[in-house]
Amino acid sequence: MARTDRYEHHDYYGIDELLSDDHKLAREAVQAWVKKEVSPIIEDYSNRSECPHHLFKGLAEIGAFGPSLPVEYGGGGMDEIAYGVIMQELERGDSGVRSMASVQGSLVMYPIYRFGSEEQKRKYLPKLGSGEYIGCFGLTEPDHGSNPNGMITNIKEDGDSYILNGAKMWITNSPVADVAVVWAKDEEGIVRGVIVEKGMPGFSAPEIHGKWSLRASITGELVFEDVRVPKENILPNVAGLKGPLSCLSKARYGIAWGAIGAALDCYDSALRYSKERIQFGKPIGQFQLTQKKLAEMITEITKAQLLAWRLGTLANKGEASPAQISMAKRNNVHMALEIAREARQIHGGMGITNEYPCMRHMMNLETVLTYEGTHDIHLLITGLDVTGLNAFG
Amino acid sequence: MKQLVCISKTPETTAKINFKDGNTAFDESGVQFIMNPYDEWYALVRAIELKESLGGTVTVINVGPASNDVVIRKALAIGADEGIRVDAEPKSALYVAKQIAANAEGFDLVYCGKETIDYNGSEVGAMVAEYLDQPFVSFATKLEVEGNSATVTRDIEGGSEISKIDTPFVLSAAKGMAEQRIPNMRGIMMAKKKPLNVVEPVGFDDKVVVSSFTLPDAKTECKMIDPENMDELVRLLQEEAKVL
Repeated sequence: MARTDRYEHHDYYGIDELLSDDHKLAREAVQAWVKKEVSPIIEDYSNRSECPHHLFKGLAEIGAFGPSLPVEYGGGGMDEIAYGVIMQELERGDSGVRSMASVQGSLVMYPIYRFGSEEQKRKYLPKLGSGEYIGCFGLTEPDHGSNPNGMITNIKEDGDSYILNGAKMWITNSPVADVAVVWAKDEEGIVRGVIVEKGMPGFSAPEIHGKWSLRASITGELVFEDVRVPKENILPNVAGLKGPLSCLSKARYGIAWGAIGAALDCYDSALRYSKERIQFGKPIGQFQLTQKKLAEMITEITKAQLLAWRLGTLANKGEASPAQISMAKRNNVHMALEIAREARQIHGGMGITNEYPCMRHMMNLETVLTYEGTHDIHLLITGLDVTGLNAFG
Repeated sequence: MKQLVCISKTPETTAKINFKDGNTAFDESGVQFIMNPYDEWYALVRAIELKESLGGTVTVINVGPASNDVVIRKALAIGADEGIRVDAEPKSALYVAKQIAANAEGFDLVYCGKETIDYNGSEVGAMVAEYLDQPFVSFATKLEVEGNSATVTRDIEGGSEISKIDTPFVLSAAKGMAEQRIPNMRGIMMAKKKPLNVVEPVGFDDKVVVSSFTLPDAKTECKMIDPENMDELVRLLQEEAKVL
């Protein structure tokens, strides 16, 4: 059922004063786009577990693919805070829609821009930026999630090509992707980035069905059976796990902002509902236990907004460390998930229906809590950073 | 064709409205502002559409302080070519019209929205036309231009009025003239490179002083009556609402 999107932005600490006009214009524009294009359809698509493919074109037109990459390569030439604000507004609509943009921008365009040859940049980036090509990112494997270094996907040199074998799992956009940035070990065991194109013999991308989360986003596998990849498709300027991990830092940064959007949508809906729902002759927002929930929600959102803003200022200076990004991703996603649960409670029985967004956000956020580094792995990253002691090995 | 679009900054439609200074001034604290929708969705977008089909330029003008630059930048992001901000407080419709008219010479078409959604004056367009000694068409829902001649449609009670009018003239745009355009990120970045000229206001002895504002009465409590209990509904309508 299409719902009327009555969302209003919440800025309890006047954080807007810390934003530039560009940031506010970007937020306003993406918010308007989400209200027009996403909110009216998202519950239906999510209900049917169907990806609204037409939104790829819309996301490209609004400029959500690689907004912080240079204009000459199909990006938007904006700063990192603008990128964050855009992700926040997209995830306010739906985590799956934000994922569509995150993957395209941070996990496909970014590695090609950062590690690709000039020919690769010219060939792929403008088409990815315009939405003509859809991209996906292959790192996680069926048996190697939190431990990507254990990957078995591999390339072997064969004349002027590499032969790619292996499989990747939980790949956003893979069944519809024209291009996949795949990470595989070479014969010396060094992780390399490979650009694999749809239609290469031996390459398939079956869809994963049965998800209770990110139902409006398409997810699949990548299967490589003796796929012959030309040598010019190797990303020449990176070797080792730092390649994919730097992409993940970029995407995690966007998630740290995006999760605030999901939390804001849940809070906004709960706040409105609490003033409209009458029980015992008065709005439920007048009851102390409801006020406690709302007070804690806006407090946590405000803290997350400040965390994201500060991380953005560091990122603009190139000083946001992977560990700082990890903390913000973990904190903000966990915060959003807790708020979705609390907001669902405020909505009572109505909260479990798709007339309100909370349950959809809650189910989505279960994925967001796990992908791009699980909550627990991020705890260990912070643990390692503050103690200097490695809990992984 | 040279087109000028007058744009206002107004409170966001859901903003909580309060007054200060003895109810003589709007309290802006905590209020989110937007470009007046009639200026943005209808006047500005139609002007840009005509520029795209016929050529020429679109200039936007606003009377206000530097904090209004954000709405001018938005207009530039949507597709206007340059902006003018008259650096003055928009004290009254007449004052605003005087400032706009002082910068509106040489344009083939001047647009306003049919009203601003804050003070609902609907006055500026007509006043600008008077200052410029040009014709004025209000509440226009459709505009086509060919050469120096325009065809303008207005909604009137029970139908439409279609008139032909030679440029230059002033019109106020109503719903139907165009559809909202959402600026994209590239437009937002390009807007930073477009000229935004800040000009000083012309001297003007404003005769209009607001004595006070009042808010509408607060909504009274809504009472829900069970459909089975019609006697209670009738009693309340008779005794409390006193409408029966």
